Amino acid sequence: MSEGWFAGLATDQVGAERVREGSADAPDAWPDRAIEAGIVTSEEAYYDRLHEATTAAARTAMEECERADDQQVIHAVRAMDDAGRMANELAERVAEWAGSRDAESGTGIDYCRELAATDPAEPADERLVSLAERAIELDDERDALERYVERVVRDAAPNLAALAGPTLAARLLALAGGLDSMAKTSSSTVQVLGAEEALFAHLRGQAPSPKHGVIYVHEYVRGTRPEKRGSAARALAGKLTIAARIDHYAGDRRPSLEADLDERMRRIRTGGEDDGAA
Amino acid sequence: MALPDGVQYRTFDGEERLATRGEAVYGEPVVDGWRAWDAHRSKLGAMYELGMKPGLDDDDRVLYLGAANGTTASHVADVAGPTYAVEFAARPMRDLLSVAETRGNLFPLLKDARKPETYAHVVEDGLDLLVQDVATRGQARVARANRRFLHDDGRLCLAIKARSEDATREPDDVFDDALDDLREGYEILDSRRLDPFHADHLAVVATPR
Repeated sequence: MSEGWFAGLATDQVGAERVREGSADAPDAWPDRAIEAGIVTSEEAYYDRLHEATTAAARTAMEECERADDQQVIHAVRAMDDAGRMANELAERVAEWAGSRDAESGTGIDYCRELAATDPAEPADERLVSLAERAIELDDERDALERYVERVVRDAAPNLAALAGPTLAARLLALAGGLDSMAKTSSSTVQVLGAEEALFAHLRGQAPSPKHGVIYVHEYVRGTRPEKRGSAARALAGKLTIAARIDHYAGDRRPSLEADLDERMRRIRTGGEDDGAA
Repeated sequence: MALPDGVQYRTFDGEERLATRGEAVYGEPVVDGWRAWDAHRSKLGAMYELGMKPGLDDDDRVLYLGAANGTTASHVADVAGPTYAVEFAARPMRDLLSVAETRGNLFPLLKDARKPETYAHVVEDGLDLLVQDVATRGQARVARANRRFLHDDGRLCLAIKARSEDATREPDDVFDDALDDLREGYEILDSRRLDPFHADHLAVVATPR
């Protein structure tokens, strides 16, 4: 004999937890069972309570899932940067060491790949080749993490990922501390995320205000001529903030956002307005 | 063709279109409280357009598997009575929730349709209609596993997506296998391809046997 989600529920309990966690071997005439058990007095009242419990359960489960997604993105993009930085550091060490043994040696991860393909002649070469292999593995891991980030950020923040590109979207989420925080942040903060040092220097009165933080890597900022770059950064930050809010509060894809951004950038780049009212 | 009272052809911008009465949810046109039901976005809507009888009646009790963001489920809930909407993915749940907010008879459930025991403590038995549109392998198996919610004269209204079963096989072969599997638990009343509204989908109306 199975029990319904409402079994033993107090009048003031919603029962969302029961809806989520419960189970039964077989369905039953639950509205009748609930009336018999004295949980509700009518079928109508039963469906009202069921509506309250199922919507509350679905909302909590959904929010947990989404929270989990953006946190995974943040860990992964940080790990990606760590792996990339360590790969480069090791590659520099390899280049420096190899330079002492071979005048023709090169630099970077590509050189590590060349080196790893050679047969070590002496014990020192053995260590060098082995070290080069570690650098390559770390670089490969960086790439694998990047592919993972690209995939997950499209689920966690589809509009932000579409506008910013997946990697920049992930960096913004990491700097903001999550989709929830980014959705609650002003566009002027998003514009300078990643430029905190310059921002605080400015606030102390020692520097001009930064025009952009990490969004600099976006083609619409970097590819815009310097005197228009401030306008471009401000417009881009505005659209990215809207995208993050839609991702957080609505969750559906809005392709019109990209068209809006493209149109706005076209106007900024062709001159016309210096100071864009977004 | 006999449509339930809750489903009517109404005139939108000079064009006769299928419609139900309820709050608009995805920007569809509304005239006099009737909202157009887009057959290109809804397999159930397409079944009506193709003259099938999906078995949805006014005030029916319905289990909807694969509710996604609630586009079709909202129309079903406009017509039906208690409507249980099961969706596996968290992402579309936000839309489904906003659809459920204006429909007290729509109960969203974030559950896996392949595991009916995880919602049998919520969904009642003796339902009139089981609507299924899930993009998973073993769609016929899912329909059989959920047969327990239907009463003996209930209806199954199923859209089988060929690509979810096997993207490399001929859709017709996939459909034949699925129908064979389905016959283990259902008597098939009607089946039809949903072209041109939905490519490589077979719509099936069946009743428990």
